[in-house]
Formats: sequence, C-alpha cells, structure tokens
Amino acid sequence: MTDTPDIVVIGGGNAALCAAITAAEKGARVLILETAPKPYRGGNSRHTRNFRCMHHGPLGPLVESYTEDEYLADLMKVTGGKTDEQLARLAIRTSEECLPWMEEHGVRFQPSLSGTLSLARTNAFFRGGGKSLVNAYYRTAEQLGVDVLYEAAVTHLELDGDRVTRVDYTYEGKAKSLSPKSVVVASGGFQADTDWLARAWGPAAKNFLIRGTPYNRGVVLADLLDQGIAQVGDPTQCHAVAIDGRAPKFDGGIVTRLDCVPFSIVVNKDAQRFYDEGEDVWPKRYAIWGRLVAAQPEQVGYVIIDAKSLNLFMPSVFPPIKADTLAELADKMGLPADALEQTVAGFNAACGEQSGFHPTELDGVATSGITPPKTNWARPITEPPFYGYSLRTGVTFTYLGLKVDENAQCSIGDRPVRNLWAAGETMAGSILGQGYLAGFGMTIGTVFGRIAGKEAAAHAN
Amino acid sequence: MQTDFLQEARRQAEICNACRYCEGYCSVFPALQAERAFSDGDLTQLANLCHNCRGCYYACQYTAPHEFALNLPQALADVRQDSWEEFAFPRAAGKAFQKNGFAIVLATVLGFALLFWAARALATTGGEGFYAVLSHNAMVAIFLPAFLFPLLSIAIGLRRYWQTVGGTPVRLSHLSGAIASAANMRNLKGGHGDGCNFEDEDRFTHARRYAHQAIMYGFLLCFASTSVATLMHYLLDMPAPYGLFSAPKILGLSGGVLLVLGCGKMVWLKLRSDTSLGATNAFGGEIAFTGLLGFVGLSGLLLYAASSSGWMPTLLAIHLGAVLAFFLLTPFTKMAHGFYRMAALVRDVQRRAAG
Repeated sequence: MTDTPDIVVIGGGNAALCAAITAAEKGARVLILETAPKPYRGGNSRHTRNFRCMHHGPLGPLVESYTEDEYLADLMKVTGGKTDEQLARLAIRTSEECLPWMEEHGVRFQPSLSGTLSLARTNAFFRGGGKSLVNAYYRTAEQLGVDVLYEAAVTHLELDGDRVTRVDYTYEGKAKSLSPKSVVVASGGFQADTDWLARAWGPAAKNFLIRGTPYNRGVVLADLLDQGIAQVGDPTQCHAVAIDGRAPKFDGGIVTRLDCVPFSIVVNKDAQRFYDEGEDVWPKRYAIWGRLVAAQPEQVGYVIIDAKSLNLFMPSVFPPIKADTLAELADKMGLPADALEQTVAGFNAACGEQSGFHPTELDGVATSGITPPKTNWARPITEPPFYGYSLRTGVTFTYLGLKVDENAQCSIGDRPVRNLWAAGETMAGSILGQGYLAGFGMTIGTVFGRIAGKEAAAHAN
Repeated sequence: MQTDFLQEARRQAEICNACRYCEGYCSVFPALQAERAFSDGDLTQLANLCHNCRGCYYACQYTAPHEFALNLPQALADVRQDSWEEFAFPRAAGKAFQKNGFAIVLATVLGFALLFWAARALATTGGEGFYAVLSHNAMVAIFLPAFLFPLLSIAIGLRRYWQTVGGTPVRLSHLSGAIASAANMRNLKGGHGDGCNFEDEDRFTHARRYAHQAIMYGFLLCFASTSVATLMHYLLDMPAPYGLFSAPKILGLSGGVLLVLGCGKMVWLKLRSDTSLGATNAFGGEIAFTGLLGFVGLSGLLLYAASSSGWMPTLLAIHLGAVLAFFLLTPFTKMAHGFYRMAALVRDVQRRAAG
C-alpha cells in the first residue's frame, strides 16, 4: 500500500474483519494490521464454534424461536446482573440480522455439533469452526480491496486531545507510522501477557494456561488506557475454565476440555477433595472449576475415575493416566498414595443407592455424611483399572477493556474520541461484567464490528 | 501396512475426535466420531472414505506451526495409498506402479510397442477398417486376458480390504446408498454444497468435483461403448466399423471428449494444489495415471478423426497400446481408488445402518 488508508483496523479476528468488510463496502480504503503471522491469523475467533442469535421462528440452522427477553435473561443469569442492559439489548436485537449478513459474506453454518443439542435453538454453529469463518471473511475482505498486513504489531496510538493522529507499528523489522482518518481497535484482551495477568491475579496466574491465541497481549489496550481512554471491567475478571493439565501453554483450544468431572472425584495435590463434583451438568459448571482449581495449591487438580465411567464423556485429546491400583495411579500422578486411598475410601463409604444413576441428567445419586458432598452421579471408585487426569485453569479471555457507547465509539474524559472505535473482546467488558454465555463473544464481535466499521467509514468519507 | 503411517493417522484422529468442529464436511468425521479407539482397520476405512477435499485442513485450528501439527488429509492419504499397495494382487505390482509415474509411462510405451509388433506380426489382409490392421481375433486374444486379469486382481484386493475393515455381507440398499454418494460426489461438496478446497487454498470451488465427474462419466461412457460394440458383434452379428449415429460411436465420442477434458482439467488442478496435503510421494504416479487416462481418450478421438487417413494404423497401435497399459495397470494405479472408494462408501452405509 502506497497511500494512507482511510481506516486502519487493528486486529485480525471476527470483530476486526466485520469492521473492515463493512467499512470497505461503504467505499472506504481499509488496512488491517494483524500482529499474528498468517497461519495464526484470527485471534481467538480461530477457536470459536458458534454465534448466539436471537430469532423469531427458524433461521438458518436455528430451530424454533429465541426472543430478546429470553436471551437477555440467559445473559443476566450468567453475569449475575453485571451487564450493561442497553448495550446488551443492542447486541441481542442486532444478532438476528447478523446471521444472514454472515452468510452473505461467506460464513457457512451447520446443524449443532453432536453433543451440543442443547444449543440447537440458541447458537448457530460455523461449518468447520471459527477458522473457517475467519478464512471466509478474509476472502471477502480481499475481494473488497481491503489490504492486510500480517506480523504487523501496533505499538502506539498517538492522541491529540480527542483525536487519534498517528498509528505506530512495526512491520518486517521496521518501525512505521500511518495517519488514517479513522481507527478501529479490535485486538482482543490481554490474557496472553502472563505478567499482566499475574499483576491482576497474583502470582498464581503464572500457572494458568491460555486457551487461545498467544497474540492477545493487550499492547494497544494498555497504550490506550495509559493515555486516559475510558476503561471498563474488572482487571481480575477473566473467563477461566478447568482444562486438561497437559494442554499446551497457548492455543490448546477446544480439544483440551475434559468432561469427566461429574463422574469423578477431584482432589488437590494433597489428595483432598475440595468441591461438589456433581453440583450440576458439566456445561453449566466447567467455568466455575477454572476458579476452583486456581484456588488450590499450585493451581492444579486431579480427576480420579474408575473403569465404569471411562466411556461416559467425550474422548480426551490426551489419553488418561491408567493404573491397576489407586496407589499406582497416585504414584504416576505424583499424589500421596496413602492420602488418596483414604480419600477414595471415605468417598466410597459415603456413596449410597445408585440404581437411579443417569449420566446425562441430574440423578440425585448423592453421598451422605461427607464434606464436601457429591450431590449427583456419586458412584464409588472401585472398578480397576483406575484413570486420572490433571486439571489446570485455562483462561479464555479477560474483561478489562475499552468502554464504548452504542456507536462502538471510545471516549476520553467525558467526550467521545472523534475517530476511534472498538469492537470484540477488547470492549466486551462494556457489556459483560463477569461470567460468560456460550457464543455471545462472537455476537458482540459481529454486532459491534459492523457498527464500528460503519461509523469509521462515515467519519472517513 | 506401514505402522508409522497408521500411528500418525491414529494420533491425528484422536485429536479430531476431541474437537469435532469438522463433522459437517464429509462422511469421514461422523465415522471417526463413532469410535473411541482406532484399530488399523478403522483407520483404513476412514482413509478410503476420505476424498481429500481438504476442507478440514483449511478449517483446522491445529495445523502446523501449532504443536499438534494436524494434516488429516495427508495422514489419511498416506494410509490410503499404502493400503492400495498392500491389498494389490500381486503386491509387487502395486509397489512398482502406484507411486511411480515413470513406471507407468514405461508400461504405456511397452503397450505401444506390443501393439506395433502385433500389427506387423499378425497382419491381416481380409479385415475391414481397424481389422485390416489387426484382426478381431488377434485383438480379442490380447485384450481378453488384459481385461480379465485386472478384474481378478481387483476382486482379490477388495476381498482383502473387506476383511481388514470388518465388512459384513452386502445388501442392495448398501450398494444403492454408495452409488448415490459417488454419482454426484457428495463428499466433494463440502457439506454446504460450495465444493472443496484444492487449487486455491481455502477457496471452495466445484472445479475438482466437475473434473472428477467428467473423468468418471467419460470413462463409463467409453466402457459402455466397448460393451455395446461387443454385444453387437457377437449377439447381433454387426461387426465394426460403425457409423457416427450408432450407439458405440455416440457413447465413445462423448465419453472420449469428457475423458480428455476431465483429465486435462484434473492435471491442471493438481499442479496448482498444495502437494503436502496429499500422499507426497504418490504425486508423480497420480499425474502419470491421469495423463494416461486422458491419452486413452485423446488417442481414441484422433483415431476416429483419422480413420480413413494413412495415419490410421499408427494411431490404432498407439490407442490400443494405451488402452492395454491402462487395463493392465488398473489394479496398481490411482484407478484402483474407484473400487476401494466404492467399498468404503458401502461399508459406511453399513455402519450408519447398524448405528
């Protein structure tokens, strides 16, 4: 690119692409600065799989209806009311027109994935997952004349009062600058910067695994917050789930999930149980286990099951650790053998009638007389071979971000920054104070990406 | 079979089974997700069910440089290619030709030579048209064994395949389900109907599907032409040559045109594709085989165009030489994939019916 673009979009995931495509369709010349190399483009969108969508009657792959009020109620439930209702309603209401827009711009949907039937009404699944969505959007953007630079890391936005005057970035080892008319920030949270996580969370965060892209280091976010751009969200809040402890430090994505907790006992490194493993069905509980494990010594948990439970959950990406006796299993997992045998014996003794065992429903098969109790699916751990998994905290994204209004516009002091908009995870804290609703991140990214693109183009043209 | 190929496919299938994002692309993923552990037979079946549409590769969040380094199209292509060599009868022929473009070209040249020699040594005087160059009986003497031997070889290979994948007795409904899948190449449509990824990275097009179907239907039309002509010769006492509007000519000409166009397009596409998403060491063999098949069609068309010129005897020997090489190599080249693919589709219908 020889000329200065009208709009610079910082980031290369779903929100960035929606903004770039929308702006380009309004006739603006758009440049995407993506910090990742091409194979890793797309940020956390690469790992996503669906889009939560309001609809009246069947829409695309979605069945029945999902109303604004029901959607909002679902959201309020998971965030405990810490939700900006006005922006949430905007996202929810706009989601319905987004789905056909996504299809028009190359995204393909499919019936909900096996094992996710509960989402068939509320969440539209991308055929092939998030990376195929990202690929389709890059194709569309390319056709619209959007330029993309990979491994282009934005280092600083120069502010002059209520205007961004310059975007500094490095590309091919050189420091470069551009002065576009409009800037859209869509470069995610800061969870890949583990030092920052540790500052917010304490040193325990060094033991967390990052489920998504290693490129969301929050460089632009920090730069803007340092300059007084309005912020939103609690720095200690992040979406964290319990995942396979052997997962890679970054980018493990969906496969590192473990669905076996409800059929297990979970102990800490001292072989002690610490929470009711059978409190609810796993899709409703995996997120709290991220925090539970984070609170244990060395931020690690150990799942113990026996042979009769092995086939009750989705296959794991790494095979479980297997042993013929509990003592041998403890040895292989680095747990104190006596303590584990004692914990299992105590748990087994507390198990009662099991004839009502039902793996996919709250069956009320509970323990009695131990703390913590196990309130569903409580069956004794008796049948060899025994299997074990380690559990660690996996961070999906952080909530600290840029505060935006209904035009996706950022502000400084009490006034809007005239040419700066934000979309996606980097502003999701404007809507979500805590908690998470499956598929809502892609809804926020799509809705606010399109708004940011439209507004940025209107300003530039 | 090569255990390292199977082991690598197993490693990748286990990761895919924990992800499942790709289940909407083709028949491989529902079949994969039906298992928790993958036997060699399971992997062989998955490998032969895979049409190498590559949708799963470009959609995959775990391709290199990610440490999981998934490349399922290649892992399955390696197992598939290896299985064709392993099941071939005789095995040595599978190993000699399957991955070896040079050997295929050499065999074709030998085919030409044999036919030139036959035309000279077994020259006739009384025949009409092509039979003036080589008598009908001489042609039958050469081509009957060259047709029956590959059939026998393929039958043995399929039997080995069926035992490996644990197939059960085949019913008509299994066959019709498999034929329906092959007839419109459902597994190259990407599930959404936009086609597959091949010649331009993650762009979905129907180019490969159309090229493949041109080849498949072209071949079937040519085969039908020969079959009809054989019946006319023996049952109706109507020996060749036939007129332009006769069944053998209409079938043969349309089939020949489709073969030439399809093979030409397929080679063009293959040369633009990323070879690292297939069995890399079989690329030469695939190109040579596709070239040979296209050449069978082209030489047949040229022969028809020049049937009353002085070039006819030369073109006849070349065309028949190519046909001979093609027939004899059928069990040992890419052509074998059609039979194993059909078997895999039949087996998949069985799996779904049982599930």
